[in-house]
Amino acid sequence: MNPRRIGGIVLRQFYLMRGSPTRVLPMFAWVAIDIVLWGFITRWLNQVSHAGMDFVPTLLGAVLLWDFFTRVMQGVTTAFFEDLWSRNFLNIFATPLSISEYLSGLVLTSIVTSAIGLLLMLVLASTVFGLSFLSYGVLLLPFLLVLFLFGIALGVLASAIVLRFGPASEWLVWPMPALLSPFAGVFYPMSTLPAWMRAVGHLLPPSYVFEGMRTIVAGEPFAYVNLVVGLGLALTEIALACWCFARVYRYAVNSGLLARYSAESVT
Amino acid sequence: MLVVDHLCKRYRDTVAVDDLSFEVRPHEIVGLLGPNGAGKTTTINMILGVLQPSAGNIRIEGFDVARQRRRALACTNFAAVYAPLPGNLTVEQNLRFFGLIYDVRDLSARIEVLLEQFNLRGFRDTKCGLLSSGEQTRVTLAKAVLNAPKLLLLDEPTASLDPATAQDVRALIRRIASEGEGGILWTSHNMYEVQEVCHRVLFLHHGKILLQGDPKTLPEQHGVATLDELFIRLAREPLAQTTEVAR
Repeated sequence: MNPRRIGGIVLRQFYLMRGSPTRVLPMFAWVAIDIVLWGFITRWLNQVSHAGMDFVPTLLGAVLLWDFFTRVMQGVTTAFFEDLWSRNFLNIFATPLSISEYLSGLVLTSIVTSAIGLLLMLVLASTVFGLSFLSYGVLLLPFLLVLFLFGIALGVLASAIVLRFGPASEWLVWPMPALLSPFAGVFYPMSTLPAWMRAVGHLLPPSYVFEGMRTIVAGEPFAYVNLVVGLGLALTEIALACWCFARVYRYAVNSGLLARYSAESVT
Repeated sequence: MLVVDHLCKRYRDTVAVDDLSFEVRPHEIVGLLGPNGAGKTTTINMILGVLQPSAGNIRIEGFDVARQRRRALACTNFAAVYAPLPGNLTVEQNLRFFGLIYDVRDLSARIEVLLEQFNLRGFRDTKCGLLSSGEQTRVTLAKAVLNAPKLLLLDEPTASLDPATAQDVRALIRRIASEGEGGILWTSHNMYEVQEVCHRVLFLHHGKILLQGDPKTLPEQHGVATLDELFIRLAREPLAQTTEVAR
């Protein structure tokens, strides 16, 4: 892999963000709105609930972690969409750039944009609503890592879907996190779900993070094996997503879809 | 430079390119001519590695595009009317972005040379989407020679230019071919331009080469006054012409 080529992909995103408030604002706005909204909901739940449960680390913490995952995924897909929106596929893919260099550039861009969002959420949630990250202990870092890796996997898969099915399939990508959240047990224990939903949820690395987070907040012993399973699943799913993207790319080259992308299909 | 050997592209029942073989040598400008749908852009897309041939192979500087794609494309570049550079980046940003992708050494110095060479200094910080079509063509051409390619593919590069700018661009491209180390494959529907610029032309029809030769002498050899007339005749009566040529 050539670092200058990867740097080129990242630099292009930097140029776009530097000159466009409409690209920068969403990095802050949506996460801030979510934290404020859920911050007040948890505050109100703490007032009216007589269960003696603190909703801040469970609900607000879950919102923060889920938003982080969503930002990572959208960081990858938005960087990919920039080439889609500017009809740049032919210019990009007729260069010596490899698929792994291209995807690495998208991932690096996502690391920067999601880190900015995460920082804002951490500051807002801890200063305004008193969310203490000490309550998760050092496990917060592997939790973030698993969510980051799964965000990358889903972002790459979503990009492959758009490459395969054309620009109109972009609308399938945006609701993906919302579609997965019921299965991942973001706001409730996995045991709440029916068996078939639980089975799906166990294939999603975030389910291990949110189960683990609730276990820690409840003061129960944390099963590290679940973290290893979540991490292993996330890494496997990244490999599968990259394989899927490379396969879709080969299909697009073979069928002529890449050269005539605006037609959306070659049949 | 470029060797295309028995190249074919089929889409189900349609044959877009049919057993095409040709070469482009150093310092040579080869015109790829033919009516719409003849297979010119399909051929260029296969050379650029964005379309997989059904059969045959393409070698650029000895590198097989199918097996050594990165090395083959590192010494290739292209400009096409249907592939404008991102309009939301400035001229300099686009050149820097593509310069990194092509791994161009001394990139800043190279960009300065190209801004001067293509008369783009005044547009350095202008977004490409705000440029006129002629100015955009000059930026696309500047990007196409960023990596001093051994093979330059130009798909109707002067289609949107006024006659004066088109003349400047033709002079520039001739200079690139004569002073650089590379060869150029050029498609155009402007036969005057082809005659002025190309050393050799290939007439394509239904994906096959019907005729090839020097654009300055071909019309006379085939009993017509101009290359335009020859083009029209070949486009309308390709089979009759092929028979005539074979005789």
